[in-house]
Amino acid sequence: MSKIRFTEPNREILARRDSIINDLTRLVDPAGLITSTDECRAYETDALTAYRKMPLAVVLPKTTEEVSAVLKYCHDTGVKVVPRGAGTSLAGGAIPSEDAVVLGLSKMNRVLAVNYDDRFIRVEAGVTNLSVTAVVAENGFFYAPDPSSQLACTIGGNIANNSGGAHCLKYGVTTNNLLGVRMVLIDGSIIDLGGDYLDSAGLDLLGLVVGSEGQLGIVTEATLRILKSAEGARPVLFGFPSCEGAGKAVADVIAAGIIPVAIEYMDKAAIEICEAFAKAGYPLDVEALLIVEVEGSDAEMDATLADITAIARANGATTVRESRSAIETAAIWKGRKSAFGATGRVADYLCMDGTVPTGKLSYVLAEISKIVQRHGLRVANVFHAGDGNMHPLILYNANDPSQQSKAEAAGDDILRLCVEVGGCLTGEHGVGIEKRDLMRCQFDDADLVQQIRVRAAFDPRWLLNTDKVFPLDFRCQG
Amino acid sequence: MQTNFSLTALADAHVSESEKILRACVHCGFCTATCPTYLLLADEADSPRGRIYLIKDMLEEEKPATPQVVEHIDRCLTCLSCMTTCPSGVHYMHLVDHARAHIARTYTRPLPDRLLRGMLAKVLPFPGRLRLALRVATVSRPIRKWLANLPGGAQLAAMIELSSSFKRRRPTRRLPGATVDRPRGRVALLSGCAQQVLGQNINEAAIRLLTRHGIEVVQPIDEGCCGALVQHLGYESRALDAARHNVDVWTREIENGGLDAIVVTTSGCGTVIKDYGFLLRNDNAYAQKAARISALARDITEFLHELPLQDGVRTTGQVVAYHSACSMQHGQQVRDQPKSLLRRMGFVVREVPEGHICCGSAGTYNVLQPEIANRLRARKVTNIEKVKPQIIASGNLGCITQIGAGTRIPVVHTVELVDWAMGGPLPDVLEGCLG
Repeated sequence: MSKIRFTEPNREILARRDSIINDLTRLVDPAGLITSTDECRAYETDALTAYRKMPLAVVLPKTTEEVSAVLKYCHDTGVKVVPRGAGTSLAGGAIPSEDAVVLGLSKMNRVLAVNYDDRFIRVEAGVTNLSVTAVVAENGFFYAPDPSSQLACTIGGNIANNSGGAHCLKYGVTTNNLLGVRMVLIDGSIIDLGGDYLDSAGLDLLGLVVGSEGQLGIVTEATLRILKSAEGARPVLFGFPSCEGAGKAVADVIAAGIIPVAIEYMDKAAIEICEAFAKAGYPLDVEALLIVEVEGSDAEMDATLADITAIARANGATTVRESRSAIETAAIWKGRKSAFGATGRVADYLCMDGTVPTGKLSYVLAEISKIVQRHGLRVANVFHAGDGNMHPLILYNANDPSQQSKAEAAGDDILRLCVEVGGCLTGEHGVGIEKRDLMRCQFDDADLVQQIRVRAAFDPRWLLNTDKVFPLDFRCQG
Repeated sequence: MQTNFSLTALADAHVSESEKILRACVHCGFCTATCPTYLLLADEADSPRGRIYLIKDMLEEEKPATPQVVEHIDRCLTCLSCMTTCPSGVHYMHLVDHARAHIARTYTRPLPDRLLRGMLAKVLPFPGRLRLALRVATVSRPIRKWLANLPGGAQLAAMIELSSSFKRRRPTRRLPGATVDRPRGRVALLSGCAQQVLGQNINEAAIRLLTRHGIEVVQPIDEGCCGALVQHLGYESRALDAARHNVDVWTREIENGGLDAIVVTTSGCGTVIKDYGFLLRNDNAYAQKAARISALARDITEFLHELPLQDGVRTTGQVVAYHSACSMQHGQQVRDQPKSLLRRMGFVVREVPEGHICCGSAGTYNVLQPEIANRLRARKVTNIEKVKPQIIASGNLGCITQIGAGTRIPVVHTVELVDWAMGGPLPDVLEGCLG
């Protein structure tokens, strides 16, 4: 069934399990060391549940110093480490190896400092994305990146994957909203990158760390930019009789230089699923829906909406409906943000995460339908259209092994298509294990070698999140 | 999520139901964020997703529960916050009920734990025994600290500690029903087992409210415990017996006089009665009758909300923090009706920050898991006190007791306040508090 390979576990490490666990008891608080089979089982997978590997042990440190002690020990004794935040990765980024220790940051969930004058907040890496905004909301501030899993996913995981979200069209993704990190390197040394302000001196190592999927070090603290909330915000629903019309409307809005806060796309299958869950009032008589959110003063929102509405109408929009209340706005976003989970009500799914130029959206949507049909499956599309970040959900039956491989094959074809049209393999979910073997579609060997050299400069023994991101046959020692 | 059950395992009705539930879970992890024990302990195995995964493994492999699995399932409050959060519609309550029954069948608990659970199941649902137990608890108060050091003693000490918060309430005998002239409706009001002993004033207020609106109230003399307490302790067959017994009693009332509703003033009981139809679905003699009973079950605030309500007669305007019991907001998804009733009576109702998180009461949880329960109570009281209320209102005796033990602000049942506003007596705990 499973197409994705794992490396053979290191037998010598497996044989040393008892002594490794014994050593770890001296490095972390006993409540933060998990070794029984049953309890380790809870950590054998993330949100890509088709793949599972039991870890050697799990440690849940409470301080940067504990993280440092564990990494130094693992470095000195050659034990692999798989970092984990909330385990919400759709690409298998937190799936362990049998010869690896899972290092979870969930217990590091304190807010360390809030500074409204200089507009930053400093948190430990295990703090969830949404709780950052919750801390500053009472003073009218927010943290911009808002992945759909923001209720549960951690800031550490967001940094590892350079996560985006619906509102990143205007505010940028994690890398544009991160000011600094405290990070532990594999040898246990603790470094600070960036600061409390944008553009710190020296090499932009912070930029390098964002999106590195836990392979350069383990971030334990982050300083994030917080922004003042807009005067007002208003989502509007645009219904279209065709997917192509909706795709074209997105391309035209972007081409016109209009930057709404968010442009989210749902096709008919996704609309039905999300409406059944959230009762948000999505139109059910259309083939595609755009949720466009604008913000600012009333006059500003009216003016922007008039321009967007004209473009939508020109592309055949049949429904245009503004949210009339805070409750309606909340329901509209709840439906969108719960789309993946709500899909679980109708089928199992593989969630793809490719990015394409917005001008190619209509073409790619049509091709995705063909690809999925060719593999005998169905698809629901719900994604961040404004920045071309597509999330086709390939629907299948996980208890049918032949459907599992068909779904994976369809997924690969879709991602290759994204690259062919000038896009890329991953928008915000990371490469993980899921897209590891497709990296050669995106990069030639010279590109990959250079990336691997950088990785090896931080982690010469390839101990951090070893089986992820780079094709298994592509390894070089630093 | 993929499952891997053998065909023989799936032949069992419970297993096949659990398999369906597991298939709906996509392991997205949203539930971890609103789970009280994950918030405190931050271990995947203490989150709904982790527990679901442990249960899946245990049931798939058809293996006896291990001490580790039992520890994590025992820590679950059954607050069902996860079910409100879950976008995939995973019925965690039915899955964890199944797991608890599996644990009861396959795992032998250490002796102190067994004795404690056995005692809770044999005392709490029986008003006479509970009255006696409270007297014993009162005289044991001086030795509670010493008890706490014995095996299983922490739980006994917690029980004694909690019993002291009942002092201000008057223990009375069970209430008769109440008739009215030319009734516009007829309901059965659940007497409740612990509530009969510890909070009779709640049902007294409910009866006054109902009769004031022309509703005849019956309280069948042979009605028993709803079964929630024993069910959550894992005594599945006793829970089913309790359900069957009450289905019979209420069916008799339906057939002799008719019932418009079975009204419940303890939301923990309401959640289970509304689930009788599911619990007895495989019992041919009872499935249909039980479904009818479940369909008639209403929380008192749901029922009142549907009536043409009289106006209040007293000067209100007091600031009330409404604490929604988990069984109310998550178990029954009753959210707005209690607040809307209080507002209608002129109270200033404030929402409590982090209102979706459990106070730690959770049936017998505050006795069985005192350490976590106390942390949750402290967190809840801090959040409630942030909104500076004069009164705390809730729709579940367990929460009233739990929160009451942690704050000086008086805690009353929603219907006591509504009844007072409509001319009923001032609840005892509010005497001298309303200035």
